Amino acid sequence: MTEINYSAEPLLHVEGLKQHFRISRNYTTKAVDGISFDIWEGETYGLVGESGSGKSTTGRSLIRLYQPTAGKIIFDGHDISGKLSADNEKFLRQNMQMIFQDPMACLNPRKKVGEIIAQGLDIHHLYSSREERNEKVYAILDKVGLSKEHATRYPQQFSGGQRQRIGIARALIMHPKLVIADEAISALDVSIQAQVVNLMRDLQDEMGITYLFIAHDLSMVKYISDRIGVMHLGYIVETGTTDEIFTNPVHPYTRSLLSAIPHPNPIVEKLRTPITYDKEKEGVDYSKGVLHKLTDTHSVLATEDEYHKWISGSHSY
Amino acid sequence: MSEKRDKNDRVLSIRDLNISFQTANGKVNAIRGVRMDLFRGETIAIVGESGSGKSVTVKTIMGILAGNGQIESGRIDYTFTNEKGERETVDMTKLSQKEIRYRFNGKHIAMVFQDPMTSLDPTMTIGKQITEGMLLHEKISHEEAKKRALHLLEEVGIENPEKRFRQYPHQLSGGMRQRVVIAIALACNPDILICDEPTTALDVTIQARILEVIKKLQKEHDISVIYITHDLGVVAKVADYVDVMYAGRIIEKGNINEVFYDPRHPYTWGLLASMPDTDTDSKRLFAIPGTPPDLLEEIVGDAFAPRNPYALAIDYKAEPPMFNVGGQHRVASWLCDPRAPKVELPEQLKERLASMKLESERALKAQKEAEA
Ligand SMILES: Nc1ncnc2c1ncn2[C@@H]1O[C@H](COP(=O)(O)OP(=O)(O)OP(=O)(O)O)[C@@H](O)[C@H]1O
Ligand SMILES: Nc1ncnc2c1ncn2[C@@H]1O[C@H](COP(=O)(O)OP(=O)(O)OP(=O)(O)O)[C@@H](O)[C@H]1O
Ligand SMILES: [Mg+2]
Ligand SMILES: [Mg+2]
Repeated sequence: MTEINYSAEPLLHVEGLKQHFRISRNYTTKAVDGISFDIWEGETYGLVGESGSGKSTTGRSLIRLYQPTAGKIIFDGHDISGKLSADNEKFLRQNMQMIFQDPMACLNPRKKVGEIIAQGLDIHHLYSSREERNEKVYAILDKVGLSKEHATRYPQQFSGGQRQRIGIARALIMHPKLVIADEAISALDVSIQAQVVNLMRDLQDEMGITYLFIAHDLSMVKYISDRIGVMHLGYIVETGTTDEIFTNPVHPYTRSLLSAIPHPNPIVEKLRTPITYDKEKEGVDYSKGVLHKLTDTHSVLATEDEYHKWISGSHSY
Repeated sequence: MSEKRDKNDRVLSIRDLNISFQTANGKVNAIRGVRMDLFRGETIAIVGESGSGKSVTVKTIMGILAGNGQIESGRIDYTFTNEKGERETVDMTKLSQKEIRYRFNGKHIAMVFQDPMTSLDPTMTIGKQITEGMLLHEKISHEEAKKRALHLLEEVGIENPEKRFRQYPHQLSGGMRQRVVIAIALACNPDILICDEPTTALDVTIQARILEVIKKLQKEHDISVIYITHDLGVVAKVADYVDVMYAGRIIEKGNINEVFYDPRHPYTWGLLASMPDTDTDSKRLFAIPGTPPDLLEEIVGDAFAPRNPYALAIDYKAEPPMFNVGGQHRVASWLCDPRAPKVELPEQLKERLASMKLESERALKAQKEAEA
């Protein structure tokens, strides 16, 4: 794996990002309610948390499918948080790409795979001749483990794992700096998941790509991520290196989330009872918490009292 | 669990099941000789890659095979207590879909699908959907049905059941909806509960809660459960027995400990090895190369052979029989033939199995100490 330079400026700097949705005159969903994190070049940042915690919204906000309610997003030195200038918009569209959970939903069934993959190139006129364009398509197909012949087929003629490769090819042909993978492997079989994850890793090593990896499968997130952010109800309640999160989880939500992962070890699993967490019962109010630093990389969202209570708690795993 | 299962407790016995589908491209041989047993109160899990035939198998039990599907041969014997209180065995493959639906579905055999929205009616209140089956199958009053429905909702962990009873599916979160589906499935006290990827779309915390609920109700009502899932962690948590399917066949089966701690089929090795590990920090995941075979074509020999680095010459010629490798463990691989050369497990898997055994010994020891 490539070494990551954490003393450099981060590739993505997010500060106080809020994304609210107004449902009616007196009701607003605070899908993301003030989160801050950094992602450095060449690393994989995993975003985990329960359904509805705001993971996808975060991803969509960053790639500017939404107009963020508040907060700052600096991407490779470009401020992409407010109204986008033409230059910043162009930079963003070329350098940040997204891979989605359901490859079929975003692959036009009437278009040949070659056309789908070349779409970004076509929009931004990133070639000088037809040959160059096709060469680029063939090269990326080869990279993701498909062949030149596949370019003339339609998406429905591929298996789930192959379609996900098409989705990856389409994102990577732009040579983006940051790829947001939102549940990109969740719909796939374990064995195919392994193929796709290995592929993503290889491409990271080769092309120096940075990933924001959103998933609810924690074992895969653990495997692929350098650092992890744990989201709950629109807040990042804890962030740290993968090792810190898994060996020294501090926030009770993180602890309950980790203990809920079933281990593929029948005897161990049948003897174990997961820890439960109820925010209301514990009286935790995320909006009152501030980030407490345990180490340079590990921090937890808590009030002064909560912080002391949680770090003195004994951890059984 | 490892004791002998009593024949009188057998609720389901599937023998030599063959199912095909007629498609525009020809005949797809989706199920090729499945044999499976289910006993009272136990949980079996069916695992295997997408397209291996897990859903088709259980849909056939429910009599909800697609219109282009055809049961070519085989039987599905279901044993239950009939209206007169006698034990009766019927071959479900001989009944019409209508008959199965009317006599058995819901009442005797219930199913939970992956997506709760496919089994919930968006235009009907939760309460109506839970009581509907009870009122249809049992002679009880509306009040009685409501009382039981509220109790069930509470049992599956839904707070404020009175309020939820009157609500519509879209007013509930995904996890709550799936719990409602489970409540509906359990409403008529079925003997068999079939769960096809019941928690795949849910996050781990809600998944853990739902698995607990099913386990608790299963114990209380002595229900037999068939679980389909690709999450081997879930299998480890819930299953007594495992059937591993590949290309329409069961290629390895046994009690959970036999299959998880001592897997014998190279395909099972691949499945176990391709999961990310909790301990080893190897940088690459093991991935089974290639893709499953096309079931449109006739399969000669072991269907897994082209993806199997350990394939023998005979694997390309003859289909392996089910070898008895001891206990309840059965494996359809020529590697289990006494004449086969001895092969070593892949190194990565060997290490993993060793650490799994170590962990389990530790857990058992801790358990003993806690009890003492
Ligand atoms: N466009 C929208 N309009 C209104 N509400 C929205 C919108 N998008 C998301 N939400 C709400 O915001 C919250 C967060 O949703 P989001 O999709 O980000 O969750 P998630 O963490 O990705 O969950 P999952 O794991 O289920 O994908 C949810 O309550 C959701 O209903
Ligand atoms: N109605 C149908 N017509 C034609 N082929 C079908 C039909 N239903 C299923 N099949 C085929 O039968 C095989 C088994 O399908 P099945 O749905 O049982 O797979 P599965 O093991 O449940 O997979 P998954 O994990 O993706 O749900 C597949 O090859 C599938 O394409
Ligand atoms: Mg999402
Ligand atoms: Mg299925």
